[in-house]
Amino acid sequence: MAQRARTIKTAVFGGPIAAGTALGLILAALLAVMSRADWPVQFSASDWAVLRFTVWQAVLSALFSVVFAVPVARALARRRFFGRAALVTLLGAPFILPVIVAVLGILAVYGRAGWISDFLGLFGLPPLSIYGLEGVVLAHVFFNMPLATRLILQGWQAIPAEQFRLVGQLGLPPRTVLQALEWPMLKQTVPGAIALVFVICLTSFAVALTLGGGPRATTIELAIYQAFRFDFDLGRAAILSLVQLVVAGTAAVIALWVLPPLALQPGLDRPVRRWDARGRLSRAMDAIWIVVAALFLLLPISAVVIKGVIGLGEMPASVWLAAWRSLWVALLSTVLLVAAALPVAAWLGQRESGRAETITLLGLAASPLMIGTGWFILIYPVADPRLFALPVTAVVNAMMALPFAVRILVPGLRQIFADYGRLSAAMGLQGLALWRIVLLPRIRLRLGFAAGLAAALSVGDLGVVTLFADPEVATLPLQMYRLMGSYRTDAASGAALLLLTLALCLFWICDYWGRHAAR
Amino acid sequence: MKYLMTTAAVLCATAAWAETPVLKVYTYDSFVSDWGPGPAVEAAFEETCGCDLQFVGAGDGAALLARLKLEGARSDADIVLGLDTNLLAAAKETGLFAAHSVSADYTLPVSWSDDTFAPYDWGYFAFVHNTDMTAPTNFSALADSDLKIAIQDPRSSTPGLGLLMWVKAAYGDEANAIWSGLSDNVLTVTKGWSESYGLFLDGEVDMVLSYTTSPAYHLIAEEDASKAAALFDEGHYMQVEVAGKLAASDQPELADAFLSFMVSDAFQSIIPTTNWMYPAVTPTAGLPDGFETLITPASSLLLSPEDAAAARDGALAEWRNALAQ
Repeated sequence: MAQRARTIKTAVFGGPIAAGTALGLILAALLAVMSRADWPVQFSASDWAVLRFTVWQAVLSALFSVVFAVPVARALARRRFFGRAALVTLLGAPFILPVIVAVLGILAVYGRAGWISDFLGLFGLPPLSIYGLEGVVLAHVFFNMPLATRLILQGWQAIPAEQFRLVGQLGLPPRTVLQALEWPMLKQTVPGAIALVFVICLTSFAVALTLGGGPRATTIELAIYQAFRFDFDLGRAAILSLVQLVVAGTAAVIALWVLPPLALQPGLDRPVRRWDARGRLSRAMDAIWIVVAALFLLLPISAVVIKGVIGLGEMPASVWLAAWRSLWVALLSTVLLVAAALPVAAWLGQRESGRAETITLLGLAASPLMIGTGWFILIYPVADPRLFALPVTAVVNAMMALPFAVRILVPGLRQIFADYGRLSAAMGLQGLALWRIVLLPRIRLRLGFAAGLAAALSVGDLGVVTLFADPEVATLPLQMYRLMGSYRTDAASGAALLLLTLALCLFWICDYWGRHAAR
Repeated sequence: MKYLMTTAAVLCATAAWAETPVLKVYTYDSFVSDWGPGPAVEAAFEETCGCDLQFVGAGDGAALLARLKLEGARSDADIVLGLDTNLLAAAKETGLFAAHSVSADYTLPVSWSDDTFAPYDWGYFAFVHNTDMTAPTNFSALADSDLKIAIQDPRSSTPGLGLLMWVKAAYGDEANAIWSGLSDNVLTVTKGWSESYGLFLDGEVDMVLSYTTSPAYHLIAEEDASKAAALFDEGHYMQVEVAGKLAASDQPELADAFLSFMVSDAFQSIIPTTNWMYPAVTPTAGLPDGFETLITPASSLLLSPEDAAAARDGALAEWRNALAQ
């Protein structure tokens, strides 16, 4: 233990600094907004109702996403089939789609005029109506189940191959495998995944509003939006932002508190072959899960693609320029992310519990509108905020991707420290050498995924750029919204397809780098 | 490196233009987009003003006002263009605006006399539908029908707030009953106009809250005559979009010149087929072909900025309670 502690200090003194910077960026924005507020601020009965709905839909969305993700991840972990790599890459797609595009894609399948309703109509059945809490949860599961699947899949792949082989040689039944190998891994992975999805759903508001069917489905984020724009009540906006941070923080603390201390056995970095899952029943079940998940994801995405192909020809040249600009922002943001995420994850990976991870989750829980406004207030007295539109967007995007990256990297690093911590310490490996020889080669798989997610997320993010917007410097999502706002729906669909393609390519490149040169 | 170069380029450009006065106009995003009136207006005004006209886009009308309040008196905006009557009371309260000197023969269906804000275009809110259905002729008929509609949230969208005022102006104290009747027709409420209109174009709803001029876009730009606006016999609520001059402007004469230009033929003739609204002063050449096919409401409803501001919170609570059941 003492030896492990020594490795920690030398390897990761940058962790607290990077995490603190991310926290500082949020708090600075919050304080800036507060400094311009009129006090006192009312928190009314209807605000409590909004808070209840916000938390309830986020809880349901998180549970359904993760419960669905576990069997899918398990099936993907132990089967090899044609198109598996493509499917794993596509798991990144829903998450990076702009909300409006994804919602229209979901409705093309499940809507009143959607494919399923058309099919039901053939038999004289009434159309499907998903508006309400079920629609909100459905959309959130569409956005987040793939992410949860990837997170849990990483966990499965981290179980050393020797252990599965041993289980196979001993001919132990699947139930024992579950108890001995998979359950401890799930206990490590699932609470963090639930916390992450919960926080994402907490700040969603366009999805909740559109599919919730009315003012019942109001989230705190909408109240923040209203406070900033219609009422210009900065005090109320600040208080609501704070409530959102506190709820997210509490949830994260609860979820991460239950993360058990690490008790995994060291393994030899070999590819996993499953000897325990060759039964006919388990193969059939896995096949069903994979097909259901693939259909659930691919149908709405193909609706987006079909509409987009029609619109490609109508896209004005400015869309390509915007795509180029978005690419730059994404690359900058990915570099920033990697620079921040590695030290933070290494720092957290050596701690027994995951409590400190809460700090990074706050980056997601902070309203982008609050961060944007706060930084506008801070920058405005000294410089023209428009000059900073793209750099600020890149920084904020990196901060938003940090919780994902940390969640992806920490379990892996925790395992590496458990496996190699003593050896590295004994050999006196420290600082950069420790990273280069021990950590990076073993974390590459996860790092590729994290970087890909950050790049894709950044391409698709509308976020703070709207507040700093300059007509000359529009990003691709902003340009797509502009097309939609001026009736050019077909061209907007084309832009959405370009956005999806660009984001997926970036995601794929990073992910491929991670998966293929690893080990 | 790229940003350094951009910054350098901006600095050089600023230096080169130092001789030419710069007029900064804050407006909503869709005005400055490539498809909006912005580029044509800029070219037309710069031909005569000997100045550099710069548009700064900020979200929509509500975001525009929020942005101005953030910047306060130190704002380097000279003109704010794109507020509507629902926002005017709040805009005046800031004390940031100065009186204008514009006079024109407005062709608005209501009389306009405001010494701070001058209108540049206007439209009627309406429910847009496909021509293959028979549309209801008032809110009661809509409430009694099985039709599904998409509307925008009045807390995040200007048309959404417009609908709230429409029902209030037409029904006063009975607005509550109308909203209760409509609650089973409202399929969903969206954050903004684009989301609702997307749902409508995808066939998800029968009608969508938009403008009487929306069918003109489909007819003129897409040669598609399949969209129409439903004529309601209560009358239609108006949206009047205005511009005002900031008291702290360092180019007051240029700002006045811009406001006068705004109500002239050159500006007004750009509006119909870029902003898809009615010009505040009908150009001498008349409206573009296609606009004559649009519906003409029997009466025009519009609350004064003060009444609209006073009615807002109550109407919002009424709306929320009726639809939340």
